[in-house]
Amino acid sequence: MFRNQYDTDVTTWSPAGRLFQVEYAMEAVKQGSAAIGLRSKTHVVLGCVNKANSELSSHQKKIFKVDDHIGVAIAGLTADGRVLSRYMRNECINYSFTYESPLPVGRLVVQLADKAQVCTQRSWKRPYGVGLLVAGLDESGAHLYYNCPSGNYFEYQAFAIGSRSQAAKTYLERRFENFMDSTRDDLVKDALMAIRETLQGETLKSSICTVAVIGVGEPFHILDHGTVQQMIDAFEIAGEQEGPAAEPDAAARQEAAAEQGGSTDEGVAPMDI
Amino acid sequence: MTKQQANWSPYDNNGGSCVAIAGADYCVIAADTRMSTGYNILTRDYSKICKLADKCVMASSGFQADVKALQKHLAARHLIYQHQHNKQMSCPAMAQLLSNTLYYKRFFPYYSFNVLGGLDNEGKGCVFTYDAVGSFEKVGYSSQGSGSTLIMPFLDNQLKSPSPLLLPAQDAVTPLAEAEAVDLVKTVFASASERDIYTGDKLEIIVINADGIRRDYMDLRKD
Repeated sequence: MFRNQYDTDVTTWSPAGRLFQVEYAMEAVKQGSAAIGLRSKTHVVLGCVNKANSELSSHQKKIFKVDDHIGVAIAGLTADGRVLSRYMRNECINYSFTYESPLPVGRLVVQLADKAQVCTQRSWKRPYGVGLLVAGLDESGAHLYYNCPSGNYFEYQAFAIGSRSQAAKTYLERRFENFMDSTRDDLVKDALMAIRETLQGETLKSSICTVAVIGVGEPFHILDHGTVQQMIDAFEIAGEQEGPAAEPDAAARQEAAAEQGGSTDEGVAPMDI
Repeated sequence: MTKQQANWSPYDNNGGSCVAIAGADYCVIAADTRMSTGYNILTRDYSKICKLADKCVMASSGFQADVKALQKHLAARHLIYQHQHNKQMSCPAMAQLLSNTLYYKRFFPYYSFNVLGGLDNEGKGCVFTYDAVGSFEKVGYSSQGSGSTLIMPFLDNQLKSPSPLLLPAQDAVTPLAEAEAVDLVKTVFASASERDIYTGDKLEIIVINADGIRRDYMDLRKD
């Protein structure tokens, strides 16, 4: 993507009908460390990679509990994500207070999307630079949504956002048809495998990832490191790198080439997909 | 020219009594389950007790609509606290929050007479007693509501704390064992039900200790 004369304001259209500031905001999401989400009929699992700035610092919090039945994983400007999480928590509390029942996930994501849209149509604002994977459970079942800075939202069976998310998406694309009937533990295993894909070579350890689960009879909670490490060891994920190592590497090289080709292409605007 | 008076009141009194007693490692909170208006009974089975946090329980008598609104408000604030601090509110923290919440409506008060009971951060029992506008005090025991005038003197007789003005500062919590305190509460409500028409039907007793929260019921006079 290159700079041009139509990208100064979010309220300026390009001749091709694009809002470049919004697209640049979506670039910010791609720069953040990876976050993935997948769901079955009864459970939704969120996972993210925790990259600390240096060995001395702690890593940033990327998964937030919004309510007992909703959680969110973010990628991009984590400060924007924190603020939006606070908004979501507030909305859940207010809805609960008024209606004595949990806020349906579909309504929350629409409110979130409308909030994001406002920032794409005010000259004194900037779009939120964060993508949100919203995982929730309500009367209509388990849901996973993706909210972008553009104000669009989509429902997914499984999705990955952030840097090197394409590797995770490829893994998920291969397996997603089975997710609907997966057990909770299989779903967590698939989440860990997807996270491993984004690490591309690095050993998967519980210290560099965070996993959260929500399901029927199980309020949203982040799994503690001990449990996660146990699952990694039990599924022998770290060890599996030896065998299929050849295959993902070849696929990764192809994807990297494709991504570079696509970025210089002035074709379809990302948010119109 | 006499001043015009309102021809209705936003408040009603639904009656009932509440008691709380603090022990060395437990806290007992109890309230009857009768809800009345005027000389009528609305229901014999209404809980005046609300769990606000893991180790913090509030019992309130007065206007139950205001009590319900107050409980919801505190529950919402507790959720926010949990999101921000990643832990439950302690009983003393909740006590201050309740006081501030009540005073916020100093000029249109919650008609709610509250007694807050639980364990503090060290696991010791604590009881806080309030008036309708948030004036509160940490005590060893307290009662509020229609039967409090009958109950309080008896509790004073059985559990009398040393004066808070004494030095060195003495512990206000009762040396009684948990079972004895629960027995005392049952006795006290049985007596109050005899003479207070607004107290009766059933007694709900909550006991908080290191093992968690336990609930018991006892029948009271239904007249």
